[in-house]
Amino acid sequence: MSTTENTLEPKSTTRLHRWLFTLAVLTPLWLLAYAHLDEFATAVLSLVDLSRATPLGEALHFFFYDTPKVLLLLTGIVFVMGIIQTFFAPERTRALLSGKRLGVGNVLAASLGIVTPFCSCSAVPLFIGFLSAGVPLGVTFSFLISAPMVNEVALVLLFGMFGWKVAALYLLMGLLIAIVAGMVIGRLRMERYLEDWVQKIASGEAGAHVPDEHLNWVQRFDAGWGHVREIVGKVWPYVIAGIALGAGIHGYVPEDFMVSIMGRDAWWSVPAAVLLGVPMYTNAAGIIPIVEALIGKGAALGTVLAFMMSVIALSAPEMIILRKALKPRLIATFAGVVACGIVLVGFVFNAVL
Amino acid sequence: MKVTVYGPGCARCQKTAEVVQQTLEARGIPVELEKVTDYAAMAVAGVMSTPGVALDGKLVSTGKLPTVAEVESWLG
Repeated sequence: MSTTENTLEPKSTTRLHRWLFTLAVLTPLWLLAYAHLDEFATAVLSLVDLSRATPLGEALHFFFYDTPKVLLLLTGIVFVMGIIQTFFAPERTRALLSGKRLGVGNVLAASLGIVTPFCSCSAVPLFIGFLSAGVPLGVTFSFLISAPMVNEVALVLLFGMFGWKVAALYLLMGLLIAIVAGMVIGRLRMERYLEDWVQKIASGEAGAHVPDEHLNWVQRFDAGWGHVREIVGKVWPYVIAGIALGAGIHGYVPEDFMVSIMGRDAWWSVPAAVLLGVPMYTNAAGIIPIVEALIGKGAALGTVLAFMMSVIALSAPEMIILRKALKPRLIATFAGVVACGIVLVGFVFNAVL
Repeated sequence: MKVTVYGPGCARCQKTAEVVQQTLEARGIPVELEKVTDYAAMAVAGVMSTPGVALDGKLVSTGKLPTVAEVESWLG
């Protein structure tokens, strides 16, 4: 054992130096590129000899400005989030939440939902793991709502395409929905609508635990890079499709195309958008092309964000997964409470913006 | 050695099973692979995020695709 540690030590130090060196080179390059996006887009235009005064020129400028911008942001933020997530393993989040009361617990759970790695395929084991460690049902739901909905990819894309105010509003409203919906579910005392086998496990003590891992910084940087490869590798086609669509709209389609259907004067459009979002299932990146297209054609921002939240937070496949652990009544309550929250948020957005 | 992989059958779980099996077999350790897809069994085993891996019934990793080096470190 001691011999392996001795041989590992110098190797991991050089790897750390390599990481620090790489980051020291890449960070200024990243900043430099981000500061010269406009020059880049203009340079591309002058290469093909087009002016921004023509529709094609305007569309191309939009595309060559937004694509590098969003991809740069995405890579940077996802890398940082990958590192942050190594500090918040689900086991740790669970320990932080266990025994917390409604209220404080819900706020904490919704916030931890942003930084704890989460994949909807492990929603059920995570759900049961939380309950069995004494995390109240309402607090668990706050986490379960916030984790997929308020994620870094959605925030980066909103920031890159619509500015920091929209991203910040989405973050706040997403947290608010998760907190309030969790509190409502907690108040309703629906523990008996968990499937029986879940109740049995939840009342006992969970089995084995993975021993706490002590990660070093090389492993954290590696995790960040792994996160970039996994997330950016998966979402870049959607991002480019979204921007291309946006560019087309920017250059060609008349701006008020959608105003009468999804504009802010059509009040029913918000609940309709939420309903429409439920059977659709995609991640934050997949929804962006649609969002971009709708907003480009004059749909109201609140309506579109409500649609986006509904697609991400209330998906039919996820409910089917959760059905294994929850009785229909609890699923219906969960969906109903979250849907109401999203509709309210849509109205607020439309009224404020 | 008995290897248990916990996961609903997603791509990452398949990959995890492959990495563990190949690494152990490369070391000449015969592998008896078991895949657990039942959520109740996962919860009882203490797996909160998938994929989870247990060696001879002892949980060694959850929530990530292990690397070859990590698998070797479990063997001590």
